[in-house]
Amino acid sequence: MTFDALTALLLIPAVAAAILALLPDYRLTAALNVLAALLTLATAMSLFVVEPASGQYLLVDDLNKVFIVLTTFVGFTTSIFSASYISHEIEIGRLTPTFVRFYHAMYQTLMFAMNLALVANNIGLMWVAVEVATLTTVLMVGIYRTHEALEAAWKYFILGSVGIALALFGTILVYMAARPVIGEGTDAMVWSVLVARAAQFDPALLDVAFVFLLLGYGTKVGLAPLHAWLPDAHAEGPTPISAVLSGLLLNVALYALLRFKMIMAANAGAIAPGPLMVAMGLISVIFAALMLYRRRDIKRMFAYSSIEHMGIIVFAFGMGGALANFAGLLHMIMHSLTKSAIFFAVGHVAQVKGTQKIADIGGLTVTNPVLGWGLVLGVVAIVGLPPLGIFMSEFLIVSSTFARQPWLTAILVLGILIALGGLFSRLNVVVFGEPKGETKPAEASYVPMFAHLALVLAAGIYLPPLLVAGFSNVAKLLG
Amino acid sequence: MHGLEFDVAHTLAGSLVLASFMLLYQDRLYALLNVYALHAFVLALSVAWQAFVQHAPHLYVTAAIALLFKAIIIPVALHRIIVRLGIHREIETALSVGLTMIGGIGLVALSMVVMLRVTPGADALAREDLAFALSVVLLGLLIMVTRRNAVSQVVGFMSLENGLVLAATGAKGMPLVVEISVAFSVLIAFIVIGIFLFRIRERFDSVDIAALDRFRGERR
Repeated sequence: MTFDALTALLLIPAVAAAILALLPDYRLTAALNVLAALLTLATAMSLFVVEPASGQYLLVDDLNKVFIVLTTFVGFTTSIFSASYISHEIEIGRLTPTFVRFYHAMYQTLMFAMNLALVANNIGLMWVAVEVATLTTVLMVGIYRTHEALEAAWKYFILGSVGIALALFGTILVYMAARPVIGEGTDAMVWSVLVARAAQFDPALLDVAFVFLLLGYGTKVGLAPLHAWLPDAHAEGPTPISAVLSGLLLNVALYALLRFKMIMAANAGAIAPGPLMVAMGLISVIFAALMLYRRRDIKRMFAYSSIEHMGIIVFAFGMGGALANFAGLLHMIMHSLTKSAIFFAVGHVAQVKGTQKIADIGGLTVTNPVLGWGLVLGVVAIVGLPPLGIFMSEFLIVSSTFARQPWLTAILVLGILIALGGLFSRLNVVVFGEPKGETKPAEASYVPMFAHLALVLAAGIYLPPLLVAGFSNVAKLLG
Repeated sequence: MHGLEFDVAHTLAGSLVLASFMLLYQDRLYALLNVYALHAFVLALSVAWQAFVQHAPHLYVTAAIALLFKAIIIPVALHRIIVRLGIHREIETALSVGLTMIGGIGLVALSMVVMLRVTPGADALAREDLAFALSVVLLGLLIMVTRRNAVSQVVGFMSLENGLVLAATGAKGMPLVVEISVAFSVLIAFIVIGIFLFRIRERFDSVDIAALDRFRGERR
């Protein structure tokens, strides 16, 4: 294997993980973590300049470039947030330096696993990468070693494992479908070969395979009714991990699903995967929107909001067509940026107030104006108010699907509106009114949060034609 | 000779389904672990037979992993955990044994109907293996939902995973089978260590999931 950007994309986080596991000083490791994430981001950007050759195991095309750049970018900004978050956790003694060393090593391992899942051309390799990503996040969710954290990690672990097991069964079935056409051996698991010859596969076998893949990877996407692990994992783990889970890992699982959807689409006899995805997406949107109202824990509330948005994205991809795919892709990126910005804010809020309970947090705009207004801006963005990016992507989704399926789109809009009401009513308690809880100033780095929100705002006002052309290209690929 | 190869493979895969049924009605943890060891042993035999029939020596590695890791090390480790935790009492099942068995039969019928119908083109051995494997997977899920005890849920998950290995080895010439079985072994090792950690940290007084329920959901 020659050394190119693809190898570097995997090698940098892997080497960084090994180094970070050995170094004791947490300030140094936090800085190195940021540096490694920055290098990975630079490597990812270089994919646009020089495109490395794809092989039997690794692949780069227009679709995964978008995902890779998004993943490495949010990975980089989260590592900056994580540095200030973690030093505070050490000061108050919630984490010991040993655990932080472990945490940083796991952070880079997670980046490695997600990059591997995104560049894997082999569906078996992709499965292994998603499993590694799950395991590292399980370890990080349980890092506080409290009752709740351990239970959340356990629940995530068991449900994630079942999901992963079902996904493997689906992967085996895809191989079975491909074997008579492509022949035995590695080729029958290479995605680019599979998609090129999918038209000759046995459609019935592909149908069954897709059901397992949808249930399996769908568990990791957090689609209702397979979402039970998601709120706990988000609420009990360290906040940088909540940001990475919501902003990135859900996308990676979705990416795996999209790859298989493309194989299904290439086979005329197979069932259309769209209606299944639309149904699960809509159930997720409505369910999560209703769940937003009675939340007492602020991180758990935003976890339900993630389920809602993944539902919207899956709905858009399920509807298909160039415009809906474009909108889904845009929505995915906007959601990643916005939701991780919100978690950055929430992480600092929880540190200032010493609690995640909504009832014990109040008057943030008075006590910590920057943080409070940042959170307001984030929520305004996430509920989809103009002129921010999510408004535009949601508007595109609704307008591109309304003509085809008015009733389904009406349900989607209803879900979005219910979620808007829920999030605002809870936000009102948190940021306005009587100041509650401790009122110390936040030792926060606001840069990642406002950088994300600025990007979301910019995308809402003006999308550069180059970006539009790139996204339309990917949208066509998705069929 | 082909007839014999087929018959042996068929018998072994069928035995795995039977072993899954045996797991379904065990109401004591020790017995459950012993049956699981048997389950893994049958899997090892089946994989070894596939390795022999398909002339695929790498599958012997998978068989060895199944034998050493799943049939010996894991049951012994779980056995010791159970002794330490002092939970070798009866398992509380969510459904009665009779209902669970009927459910299990229904699931096996379902997987036969589904898999045999969609694979008319595949060779007979692969078809039957897939149908049996899906049965084992579904029975594993059934064990996981009918048990309320963390250890027996793990046993359910491990039996589910055995079904996947059966499917992977039955799919002739499938690459990465060894890697996947290693990846799963790592996963299971983590689960077992996880149970053990709960004990070490003494965060939970019991591994009964019902006792964990009070921590679930919103923190008040």
